[in-house]
Amino acid sequence: MLTLALRDQPTVPLETEGLSPDRLATCGRGEVEALTVWHGNERAQVGDFFAVSGSADEELRLEGDLRRVKFLGAGMTAGRLTVVGDAGMHTGAGMRGGELAVAGAVGDFAGVGMRGGRLVVEGSAGNHLGGNQPGERAGMRGGEILVYGNAGEQVGAGLRRGLIAVAGRLGDAAALRMLAGTIVALGGVGARPGAAMRRGTIVAMSQVTLLPTFGFACSYRPPFLRLYLRHLRALGLPLTDEQIEGRYARWCGDGLELRRGEILMLESGT
Amino acid sequence: MRLSDAEVVDTFAEAFPMWGARIVITGESPAWAHEAARSLTGFATSVIGCKCEAGIERELDPAETPDGRPGVSTLLFAPDREGLAKRLVERVGQSVLTCPTTACFNGLEGPETVDVGGQLRFFGDGYQASKVLDGRRYWRVPVMEGEFLVEERFAVAEGVGGGNIIMLGRDSASALRAAEAAAAAMRSVSDVILPFPGGIARSGSKVGSRYSGLMASTNHALCPTLRAQVPDTDVPPGVGSVFEIVIDGLTVEAVSEAMARGLEAAAQSGASHVTAGNYGGNLGPYHIALKDLVPGAGEE
Repeated sequence: MLTLALRDQPTVPLETEGLSPDRLATCGRGEVEALTVWHGNERAQVGDFFAVSGSADEELRLEGDLRRVKFLGAGMTAGRLTVVGDAGMHTGAGMRGGELAVAGAVGDFAGVGMRGGRLVVEGSAGNHLGGNQPGERAGMRGGEILVYGNAGEQVGAGLRRGLIAVAGRLGDAAALRMLAGTIVALGGVGARPGAAMRRGTIVAMSQVTLLPTFGFACSYRPPFLRLYLRHLRALGLPLTDEQIEGRYARWCGDGLELRRGEILMLESGT
Repeated sequence: MRLSDAEVVDTFAEAFPMWGARIVITGESPAWAHEAARSLTGFATSVIGCKCEAGIERELDPAETPDGRPGVSTLLFAPDREGLAKRLVERVGQSVLTCPTTACFNGLEGPETVDVGGQLRFFGDGYQASKVLDGRRYWRVPVMEGEFLVEERFAVAEGVGGGNIIMLGRDSASALRAAEAAAAAMRSVSDVILPFPGGIARSGSKVGSRYSGLMASTNHALCPTLRAQVPDTDVPPGVGSVFEIVIDGLTVEAVSEAMARGLEAAAQSGASHVTAGNYGGNLGPYHIALKDLVPGAGEE
């Protein structure tokens, strides 16, 4: 396992695109230290900021206060990247495979444009989790994001495929302009969820204030949801039998779009 | 060869390749899962008249099923991959989609798959929706009850059809008792099904007929009522009834294991003779010799 320990927190954000286990798997220690990073607008090397130890294989470990380190694991395709502590913005952006586990919190735009793999955040996530890259219509196109804390605004904006599960609370405008995919919120859900969503599913375990452009369909036990919730429980999210087997109110919307999206709200006492 | 009180004929079962799939059906209760499974596997005794052969493999504990509900595992076999794909769509569509509370999942792993849910989704008339989880796509088809969930692709694999044992007895009651015991013993083997009613066929057939339009006809050599009438009878003196158990399986090893357990159970339960059906070794590549299944049996 290769370990990169941040010596000092950078004074301005450090952009580290390429620090992923698949890309470093064949690199020697010297090659890793010589890799380019951007410190603000200055070109620098990994070795200027990180103490590199161990040997490269399928697992990469990053240590230190990484809140100002951006693009950790961006575009990774395989292997496992462990971040011991917090991570900065764009963590796991454009991931295509492998697993990125963050022991702390992640900044804004984590997992944007993801296409595969799994991003696990033990702490909370910032805004635009699993959303779209700036300028793109579609957001995350595959993979899974699990957040054990809360998530900020516009979670899953433009989500096209994949699963985002948040054990805590979702901020406002979750699933904004969502195209498809699934968002599961075990805590509360902020204002205007599913605004302009076309398809896809938001699962809420508490009462949600809905936009008037959503219509109530029925109350039932969605068969597919058992698969999803059992899957999430197997991954460690704290889901109860009542949530897995319960009845959900199905609200369809957004009526200003296709009205093919849905918000499933767990009914209490089911 | 003798095994318990039975004479085991030194012959072999001739089996041949078939394509198989495992369909896992879940329901709100074991009863509804069974209803769908029985319907799915109904009228699927022989490819001769049913285009496929199917049966219930075993009941599944909720912990074993994808959605954590009670389930039933079924196996369906057809002569070729394309035929199997058609039968799957027909039978899942008519027997599971229609059955209250049920959902339907692929139960086999393998590189070759056929489209099932992807065809049945059209019943949703445009209101269907899909979900992808862990690389598998599921279709949610809206139905009057609520929603039918079916996996898009089902794995298919080359299996083995036509494994068999034939039990002879002094009369119908004793022969049937032996066959029932054999079928019960065989059901403990995974990866196999017994496609006939209760697992047992009373009307084993031979290939061809004196009537040109018939592919198969009664196995006259093993009909006790014809013993004095046909020159090539295989019914020994004192035998009044004969039953056959056909076994289809995902592997020849599973079929052989089922035959071995069935043979032993039949021999201990009143069969006077146990034999097997074959076509002279000219039809199927798998020859399962009975002598290999009873290594402990002493020669007379």
